[in-house]
Amino acid sequence: MLPLERSIPRAATTEPTWVRRIIIGLGVGFLLLFVVVPLATVVIAALSHGASAYGRAITDPHALRALKLTLIAAAISVPLNLVFGVAAAWAIARFRFPGRALLITLIDLPLAVSPVIAGMVFVLLFGANGLIGPWLAANGVKVIFALPGIVLATTFVTFPYVARELIPLMEAQGHEEEEAALVLGASPWQMFTKITLPKIKWGLLYGVVLCTARAMGEFGAVSVVSGNIRGRTSTLPLHVEILYNEYEYQAAFAVASLLVIIGIGSLIARRLIARRKKEST
Amino acid sequence: MGYTLVYLSLIVLIPLATLALKTAEMTWGELWTIATSDRALASYKITFGASFIAATINVVFGTLLAWALVRYRFPGRGIVDALIDVPFALPTAVSGLALTAVLAPNGFIGQFLEPLGIKAVFSPLGITLALVFIGLPFVVRTVQPVLEELEPEVEEAAAVLGASRAQTLWRVIVPPLVPAMLTGFALAFARAIGEYGSVVFIAGNKQFETEITPLLIMSRLEAYDYPGATALALVMLLVSFTMLLAINGLGAWTRRRAGHIT
Repeated sequence: MLPLERSIPRAATTEPTWVRRIIIGLGVGFLLLFVVVPLATVVIAALSHGASAYGRAITDPHALRALKLTLIAAAISVPLNLVFGVAAAWAIARFRFPGRALLITLIDLPLAVSPVIAGMVFVLLFGANGLIGPWLAANGVKVIFALPGIVLATTFVTFPYVARELIPLMEAQGHEEEEAALVLGASPWQMFTKITLPKIKWGLLYGVVLCTARAMGEFGAVSVVSGNIRGRTSTLPLHVEILYNEYEYQAAFAVASLLVIIGIGSLIARRLIARRKKEST
Repeated sequence: MGYTLVYLSLIVLIPLATLALKTAEMTWGELWTIATSDRALASYKITFGASFIAATINVVFGTLLAWALVRYRFPGRGIVDALIDVPFALPTAVSGLALTAVLAPNGFIGQFLEPLGIKAVFSPLGITLALVFIGLPFVVRTVQPVLEELEPEVEEAAAVLGASRAQTLWRVIVPPLVPAMLTGFALAFARAIGEYGSVVFIAGNKQFETEITPLLIMSRLEAYDYPGATALALVMLLVSFTMLLAINGLGAWTRRRAGHIT
C-alpha cells in the first residue's frame, strides 16, 4: 500500500492534469475571445489608415475639445466625491447612529441605477419642462445640454467609488490612535492629516483612480444630459459615438483608443496601488 | 455627518425623488398603460431575457475562471487575473464599439459566424454577448475570494474519510460557493439590465426586436415624452432595488456560510 502522505494530496485534492488543462483552456479561451480580441481590434482599427491618420484623428479640434470637456468634468466631480467619500466613510466607521445601514445602502444606490435613468433624473429636474428648469432658464442658468448637467450626471454615477473603498478600510482600523492624538492635545485637523490620512492613503488613492477612470468613461448618463452638440457638449465617449454614426470608423476607433489607454492605465495603477496597500497593512 | 447627508441628498436623493414626483403627476391607469404598452413589453423581454442568459453564462465561465486562478498555477496567470478587470475598466462606449467590430460579418469572429447563418450584430445574440462581456468581472471577483478562503484541510479530510473527488467537489466545495455564485449572478444581472453604452452599438435598436428598455427611455426623452420615460424608469428602478436588496441579503448569507466553514 502507498503511504497516505503521497496518495491523498494528489488524487483527492486536485484534478487530473487533463481536467486542469481543459478548465484553464476554457477559461483562458473565453477571456481571449471576449476581452483580448476586442481590445486588439480597437488598436488595429485605430491604426488601419496609418500613423498619420491616427494622429489627425486624435488632434482633430472636435476631439481635442471633447478631451478638454472630459477632463474638466472629471476635475470637478472627482474632488467633490473625494471629499464626500472621506466624510461618509468617517461618519459610518466612527459613529453608530440610527439609519446607518440605510446610509450605506443609499451610497450604493447610483451603482444599481441604470446610467440612462441617472441622466434622466437631472433632465426631469433641470430640463426645459423640469421642476426648476424654467426658473433657472429665466435667470440665465443652463444646466441641461451644458457643462453643469454633464458634471452633475458624472458626479452621480461616480458617487460611491471613494466611499466604498474607504468604509471597510476605516472600519477595520479602529480609532484608538485618533483618540490618543486628541488626548495628547492635537487639533482635529492635525489628527486627520497626521494620523488618519497616512493610514488610509492607499485606499484613498485607489478610490480616486477608480472614480476618475469611471468619470472620464461615462457614456449613458452624460449622453442623456449633454444633447450631444458636437465640439460643445460632447465628451470623449460621446465623440466616439458621433464619429461612429457618421461612418468615420477609423477616427472613432482612434478616439476610442485614447479611452482604452485611460482605462488600461487606471487598471495598472489600481493593481500597483493595491499591492502597496497590502504591503502597508 | 451633516455634510454627508446634505451632499447625498443633493446629488442622489433629490434627483431620484424628482422621479417619484413626476410619477405622482400621473394616474395609476396612465402609468399602467405606458408601462405595459406593446413596445415596452417587448423591450422588457429583450432586456431581462438577454441579461438573464448573459448572467447565467457569466456564472459558468466566471466560476471556472475563478477556480483556475485560485487553484492552478499556469504561465500567464497574473495577466489573466488582470484581464478579468478589463470590462470593468473600459468605458462602455468603447466596449460596445469593439464588440461590434469583432462580431460584424467582416470582423475577427463575425467572419466565421456569417457562413453559419449566425447573426451576431444587430440581433438579440449581440446584446447578450455584450452583456456577457460587461458582467464577467462581477462573478469572478465575488467567487474568487470565497474560493481562496476555503481550507484545503477540509478537502483532505473528505478524501481521508473515503469521498471520491467528485463527492468532495459536490458536497464540500460547491455548498459554500453557492451564495457567492448567486451574488455574482445578481450583480451581473443588475448591471446588465441597466446597461446602455455597450449595447447601443451592437443592438441595431430596432423596435420590438432589439430595443432594450434603457434605449426606449432614451428615445422617449428625446421626444420630450417625460411621462413615458418616467413610467419605464420606474419599472427599471423597482427591479434594480429588488436586486440591490437581494444582493445585500445574499451578502449576509455568504458571510454566514463562510463563518460555518472556518
